[in-house]
Amino acid sequence: MKQTVAKLIDTTLCIGCKACEVACQEWNDQEFSQGVFHNSYQTMPDLAAHFWNLIKFHEVEKPAGPVWLMAKYQCMHCADAGCLRACPAPGAIIQRENGIIDFVEENCIGCGYCITGCPFDVPRLSPRTNKVYKCSLCSDRVAVGLSPACIKACPTSCLTFGSRADLKFLAEKRAEELRAEGFSAAGVYDGPGVGGTNVLYVLKYADEPELYGLPKDPKIPWTVRLWKGPLKWVGNTIFFGGILAAIVHYLKVGPKEAHEDD
Amino acid sequence: MTNGWTDVSNADVILVMGGNPAENHPVGFRFVMEARRRRKAKLVCVDPRFTRTAAVSDCYVPMRAGTDIAFLGGLIHYILENKLWLDEYVKQHTNAPFLVKEGFGFSEGHFTGWDESQGGYDRSSWQYELDTSGHVRVDPTLEHPRSVFQLLRQHYSRYTPDAVANIVGCTKEEFLRAAALIASTGKPDRTGTILYALGWTQHSHAVQLIRAAAILQLLLGNIGMPGGGVNAQRGHANIQGSTDMGAWNMLPGYLKLPRANQLTLQDYLKANTPRALRPNAWNYWSNTPKFMVSLLKAYYGQNATAQNEFGYQNLPKTGENENWGWAYFFDRMSRGELEGLISFGMNPVANGPNTAKMLAALAKLKWLIVVENFETETASFWKARKLGDKFYTGFASPAQIQTECFLLPAACFAEKDGSFVNSSRWVQWKRAALPPPGDAKTDQEIISRLLLDLKSLYQKEGGRGAKPLLEMSWDYANPAHPSLDEVAREINGRHLSSRQQLKASSELQEDGSTMCGNWIYCGSWTEEGNQMARRGQEDPTGLGLYPNWAWSWPANRRILYNRASADREGKPWDARRAPLRWDGSQWSGDTPDYKGDASPESLGAFIMLPEGVAKLYAADFLEGPFPEHYEPAESPVKNPLHQEVSTNPLAPVFHGEFDRLGEAKDFPYVAITYRLTEHFHYWTKHVASGSELQTNFFVEVPEELAREKGIRAGDRVRVRSARGFVEGPALVTKRIRPLRVEGRTVYQIGIPIHWGFVGRVRGPLVNNLTPSVFDPNSGTPEYKGFLVNLEKA
Repeated sequence: MKQTVAKLIDTTLCIGCKACEVACQEWNDQEFSQGVFHNSYQTMPDLAAHFWNLIKFHEVEKPAGPVWLMAKYQCMHCADAGCLRACPAPGAIIQRENGIIDFVEENCIGCGYCITGCPFDVPRLSPRTNKVYKCSLCSDRVAVGLSPACIKACPTSCLTFGSRADLKFLAEKRAEELRAEGFSAAGVYDGPGVGGTNVLYVLKYADEPELYGLPKDPKIPWTVRLWKGPLKWVGNTIFFGGILAAIVHYLKVGPKEAHEDD
Repeated sequence: MTNGWTDVSNADVILVMGGNPAENHPVGFRFVMEARRRRKAKLVCVDPRFTRTAAVSDCYVPMRAGTDIAFLGGLIHYILENKLWLDEYVKQHTNAPFLVKEGFGFSEGHFTGWDESQGGYDRSSWQYELDTSGHVRVDPTLEHPRSVFQLLRQHYSRYTPDAVANIVGCTKEEFLRAAALIASTGKPDRTGTILYALGWTQHSHAVQLIRAAAILQLLLGNIGMPGGGVNAQRGHANIQGSTDMGAWNMLPGYLKLPRANQLTLQDYLKANTPRALRPNAWNYWSNTPKFMVSLLKAYYGQNATAQNEFGYQNLPKTGENENWGWAYFFDRMSRGELEGLISFGMNPVANGPNTAKMLAALAKLKWLIVVENFETETASFWKARKLGDKFYTGFASPAQIQTECFLLPAACFAEKDGSFVNSSRWVQWKRAALPPPGDAKTDQEIISRLLLDLKSLYQKEGGRGAKPLLEMSWDYANPAHPSLDEVAREINGRHLSSRQQLKASSELQEDGSTMCGNWIYCGSWTEEGNQMARRGQEDPTGLGLYPNWAWSWPANRRILYNRASADREGKPWDARRAPLRWDGSQWSGDTPDYKGDASPESLGAFIMLPEGVAKLYAADFLEGPFPEHYEPAESPVKNPLHQEVSTNPLAPVFHGEFDRLGEAKDFPYVAITYRLTEHFHYWTKHVASGSELQTNFFVEVPEELAREKGIRAGDRVRVRSARGFVEGPALVTKRIRPLRVEGRTVYQIGIPIHWGFVGRVRGPLVNNLTPSVFDPNSGTPEYKGFLVNLEKA
């Protein structure tokens, strides 16, 4: 089996320069979008169907003074991926051997279930194409031995790409360093509740991940777990039953007549 | 930079002040991060705003814009009071032991020699005390009351922590915490670096401010040391190169412009060639005649002979006390004294202070040529009223403007080869990545074709002042399009008889047998080829100096003043961080900033200076030999140190109709302008990716002030100064803390630049607000710390 790959984000080295955002936009050939002002240095309020990599800026008051936290936000590539569990369309969401969760555009039916399934609120539905998009961890680059575009662009080595095992080790070591420097709450964020994520974070305030915009206790909604678990066969019956019923209806009644004033 | 970007990773303490490298030099900032990871270096950030640099710092101190000298003066005081200076270094490598003439002093805001009627100083009382042979008298014990060291102590005795906190607006504790970190580098085995940028240069007292930083670093023994120095982070890819080449009111290689009273070359050389002030001073500028004659040979070739003073008379000369710097020629233009302007890679309407004045000045021209990649605000200045609508209602309409405008499309940086000089003084050669689009031409082709056409017009029709043009040497394979290889070889210079490229500036001659376009670039293109194109990654010293990567001026030296990294006997202060080693017969390591085979005791370590040592005390500048805190030209308070002489008495004041200054009663808030990571100057607003990352102009307003004024996040606000106004949404933030100054609250407002009335994304030009106030030495405008008012729009 292939090694699981991962991305390490050492937020203590992030300077919010957005080189990763530009690299992501350019590598993925994204369209230009006019930003909206929303009282922040952040490029836009949240991820978008054509903007998969966003540094979130958070102004926080700490006893020692103001703190300005910057952390890159994108798909976490969970081991137990809520989007994958929720997706009804065969082949639209796949988990590659190296752990990357990839969305396959041509198989996506735009139902948006993956959005409900994601505990990190990452996938975005494009109203233009009616398909859902998110970071692919540059699976196209990784497949040919390159690192993701964001990693290559980062000037401060805040981002590292490698095997999950190696990065987990590095991350823990770095957290230990930070604790030794006096940041007693420093630690590693590794997607608790979703079997670990292939995007790891080093946080100075690991006890308060929500300061960085990360959920403290990410969980796949129980409805989704149910839907792909015990209820799957029920769902399938209803789903395929519905299609069957539609065919029967078509055969019996014929196509719907469109009226001019529709 | 005295040192360089890669060298920052050798520092133990990094003071970022007057700069914001995490935002404006993010790539170079990796070396700050490396120092922190590798050496556990501490990052101290002093800034009016809690910036992205502050966000990753170990110690942040808020400050009021324009009070940097007070802060640095406080550090000098702290070091002297607590005996934290590196004593042996100060005694050996600075002018601390030098004696100053009797009669020098400072009181109530003025140094001795102030002449109210002239608005300037008679500097005779500032001079050193000389012995009969013309050398300065010294007191090696530093105890003489007229020694520089004692004068320094006396001058900064007023800069107590309480006084600093009162001026700067931080708390005393914040100041002391930063001071303890910074002063911890006054030990042989610890070094600290300073990174600064336009936050230090854009003041009406900027040059003195940077002098204060030099004094601080000299006291701590941090000059010449790896991980030390005073390091200017340059803003544009080749701004260092343009400075080196004399694009700013200088001749190449920092040679001074001739003055009208320097009637002959001999007069010029006499005025500009210093005499050694100590017996052991190498005084490298004594070679000025060689530099100047070789430059004239490069300019005028065959037409430069010993008989005609090598063409010296072809050079334009400025009046004795005249200044043709940016501020002054725009002032002259606004009074209709200029006929035309070629604006080459420059956008004065956007980046000059007081936009209304810039626009009015350009409208007085007969013709304007703009050479640019995009249609800039300067190229379309005549449409300002239409495009900038309400901001320029008083400005002439297009029909009223008689200026004939030309916009010549120019190749951009990626479309031409040549060199970039980065902040580290590395001259790095680059190759064109793609051809220029459409009719766009390279710079050298535009210049050459202008020159050739002018020459032929002069030849046909005659005219005044043709000689300098006609005698200019233009010895290129294709005179209409010189290759930059040819130009670079000429800048390096050659022996005229053998046509051999020069190896080093030491080969230059004053008899006209060598030519050289810029003496500090001697060695950049030798017989071995283009040194700037080298990409060797060897690091023999282990200090990250990379001597085979590109070429660094001067002489491929990576750390300036590196001889000062060792003591009298040549023993390094810190054996683990020694850029130079003396083996008894020669120096090895970095290119020594010293004679390569001179024994450690034989010469002073600062070979460029007539003193042979570094200057804690310098009579060279207009405002005085020691930096003194003066308030910005527009300030919310009178100078707490001397109310009567509140602002820099030497800062030039213009009196045109646009040169209005505001007072605190009408404009109670301090404003600063600055750049953001997402944009490059007024350029990337034309480009998709930059525009996307920061589409909107905004105004940063402290939370407390917003509450006071009933302004909510995103509300449209108007910021008004005595010159004009801007409008945009308010970014309400905790990151600009209100300060306590002289017992009252001072609010600061942050205004990012980057927008204008042309481009893919648009917004107001923030220079609508800024004053035509400048540093008297450098001519840089005061963009940090001017007064505004704020209201809901």
